[in-house]
Amino acid sequence: MSEKELVRFHIDGLEVEAAKGQMLLPVALEYGVEIPHLCYHEAVSSYGACRLCLVEVTKGGRTRMTTSCNYPVEAGIEVAVSTENVQRARRMILELLLARAPHSEKIRTMAQEAGVEEARFRVLDVDDCILCGLCERVCREVVKANAITFVNRGDRREVAPPFGDPLACIACGACVYVCPTDCIKMEERGDERTIVRWKRTLKMQPCQSCGKPFAPLFQLNWIIDRAHLPKDFYALCPVCRKTKKG
Amino acid sequence: MRLKSPDELEQVRTQILAERKAREGEKRIILCTGTGCRGAGALEVLEAFEKVLGPKSVIEFKSTCCHGFCERGPITIIEPLGIFYQRVTPERVPQIIAETVKKGQVIEDLLYQDPETGQAIPAEKDIPFYKKQQRLVFGHNRYIDPTRIEDYLAVGGYKALIKALFHMSPDEIIEEVKRSGLRGRGGGGFPAGRKWESCRRAHGDIKYVICNCDEGDPGAYMDRSLMEGNPHSVLEGMIIGAYAIGAREGYVYVRNEYPLAVENVGIAIEQAQKMGLLGKNILGSGFDLTLVINKGGGAFVAGESSALMASIEGYVAEPRAKHIHMVESGLWERPTNLNNVETWANVPVIIEKGAAWYSSIGTQGSKGTKIFSLVGKINNTGLIEVPMGMTLREIVYDIGGGIPGGKRCKAVQTGGPSGGCIPESLFDLPVDFDELTKAGSMMGSGGMIVMDESTCMVDIAKYFTHFLKDESCGKCTSCRDGTLRMYEVLDAITKGKGKEGDIEFLQELGWVTSEASLCALGGSAPNPVLSTIRYFRDEYEAHIRAKRCPAGVCTALLTYTIDPEACIACGKCKKECPTEAITGEKKVPHEIDQAKCIKCGTCREVCPVDAVKVA
Repeated sequence: MSEKELVRFHIDGLEVEAAKGQMLLPVALEYGVEIPHLCYHEAVSSYGACRLCLVEVTKGGRTRMTTSCNYPVEAGIEVAVSTENVQRARRMILELLLARAPHSEKIRTMAQEAGVEEARFRVLDVDDCILCGLCERVCREVVKANAITFVNRGDRREVAPPFGDPLACIACGACVYVCPTDCIKMEERGDERTIVRWKRTLKMQPCQSCGKPFAPLFQLNWIIDRAHLPKDFYALCPVCRKTKKG
Repeated sequence: MRLKSPDELEQVRTQILAERKAREGEKRIILCTGTGCRGAGALEVLEAFEKVLGPKSVIEFKSTCCHGFCERGPITIIEPLGIFYQRVTPERVPQIIAETVKKGQVIEDLLYQDPETGQAIPAEKDIPFYKKQQRLVFGHNRYIDPTRIEDYLAVGGYKALIKALFHMSPDEIIEEVKRSGLRGRGGGGFPAGRKWESCRRAHGDIKYVICNCDEGDPGAYMDRSLMEGNPHSVLEGMIIGAYAIGAREGYVYVRNEYPLAVENVGIAIEQAQKMGLLGKNILGSGFDLTLVINKGGGAFVAGESSALMASIEGYVAEPRAKHIHMVESGLWERPTNLNNVETWANVPVIIEKGAAWYSSIGTQGSKGTKIFSLVGKINNTGLIEVPMGMTLREIVYDIGGGIPGGKRCKAVQTGGPSGGCIPESLFDLPVDFDELTKAGSMMGSGGMIVMDESTCMVDIAKYFTHFLKDESCGKCTSCRDGTLRMYEVLDAITKGKGKEGDIEFLQELGWVTSEASLCALGGSAPNPVLSTIRYFRDEYEAHIRAKRCPAGVCTALLTYTIDPEACIACGKCKKECPTEAITGEKKVPHEIDQAKCIKCGTCREVCPVDAVKVA
């Protein structure tokens, strides 16, 4: 499959063009078509877990509902982003998610917009985690620390450090940043940084110039090691480094 | 000895058959030591036979795997008379040898008795369980010691391979399989020939074939029995398929919970390699194929094709989207053709006997035979192979022998845990892929669980939904939380906490679970709930509105009372009641305090005059 081959198709009647095989959701977003989504992030691969980005795709006369984040586009397909079936399914999915993450502002807003006021289910004791897997993917694909993973299956599934031990976590905070429900918290106290959900606490390196602790020593050494940087590469904090370089 | 041509293989076969012909009239003992019979003590029987016969015995003794009639195991057959002995114990072995093997006398009380006439039936072929079956694929099991390739050759094994490799082109083979109408036996029912064709056409110099033996349906064990009992038939199908597709490497993915299947297919692969039926330059044809066993990771969902491939790659068995088909980009992103054990085992039959013959069996849309595992509330539990299109009524009553204890049959659940329940009123439905789907169930891998009037359909839906919520991989919100929430609603209904609107709520949850999930597990997960609502809505309503379980299963909805007319005031129930809920003096009829009663049923069990009533 040639990466540069462009294909044309329709989203809600609008003619669009994209590289063949590209995923549908980013193409739609690029064209300004809103499709709700939670487990998609442009920095990592598509996964298709939250099921919110459902659309109806008609291909060869057959229409079916599918998630758009992992649907590779093809010439001539007709995409409808907000059909009755899509809205109906999305409402129940949001209701299911609301019972997992009742404190999440984002989920509450999305649910309200879809017309879901409250969940008819018992609230699950999962601290707002919706198992979208963004944290796991960013850690594995971008940071490449592989510090967290999916554990168990079915309704017992959770994201956790392997064997419950956060040894590989560099406390970089990438998971905190991508989490759509803010269920991964980071705290800094004195010269320590803690990723609360993974129970990882690391000592931070003080800046040689201003003396302020700025990043976990373990993380800096980990990067120096992998990128073959000079040992004193991270002697200064980002602020001092900027001023020094002028 | 590595054979270098089809002629050399035929010479070996001729020699084996000549040796067997020479001993044709002699007595032979066949003992089933498949997993089912092992559970009933077949290994102890085997030990007894070996001990009594002794190492120098000239009597031929064969230990095979599953014959299908597991209800009656351990099964022993004495040939050439074809005498069928059931439920054989080690103690009876000396008598069998002394009387039947040596003197040809039949031991009456070891025979199967017709439950209707009470008549003893000496010959296997006359037993009603076997009579209506058509055992194209499964029938060879009884002739084969799976650890001996000679036994497979003796029943014509690897003849189809010779035909395929030396007399047919890959395209001709694919055409033959397409014309046979063979559809995937693992559950999907996709036309096998079309799958092969797509894989052959897919770009890539490295392609794979995979055999899916990750049979996880509770109560279904046909793949296990084929793999344990006749592994060469599966291998032969795979070699033919690999040749047709252009694959030179393949995997046999077997559940680790099937140790005997793992062992037997391992032995079979080794033997096939030694004889030149696998490996480089198979029978001098120039075609190479390497097969490797991959033991399963233990998850139900690993039987889903894309999850299975992830598992082989070393990842957690989790399905992925199949917008790009596995035949184009499967294992390690290479074209991959995966078929189920039973599908592969059908291939040699099709190649040998031809598509025209094969497609004459079955219905319009479903050709050939299908193996079902008939379990639950039925007299003849076991594996059966019948032509597609046989009615459920024939299967349940003629082959299965009806329901034990004179009870009324209520439904059959087909297709494994995510299949649907088909009510007795629809038993004239011909069993094939399309008819089962129309009825709200599915073929699945061929599990059939029979239920009688003492089964509560809400409870059964809850049971399967519990299984599915546990075994969902947990990736899709709609499947993971959809099955969990359906389970919670069902649980509440069975505990008397159901409310108006629950049925519609279940239907909505079921719709979303099915429509919005990625793989077939989510797609079919609501079947148990939706089909029981469709056919047994009154039972749901009785639970929700009247707080009553018509089948008397849901404990929380039962009320135990003592009939004052019948009670003899013996005090037994009062003494045994664990919560002291029963009051009453001598000569005064006893009473149950409903507030204290935990519905354990002890009073009913101990009552000597059946005065405790339950409703």
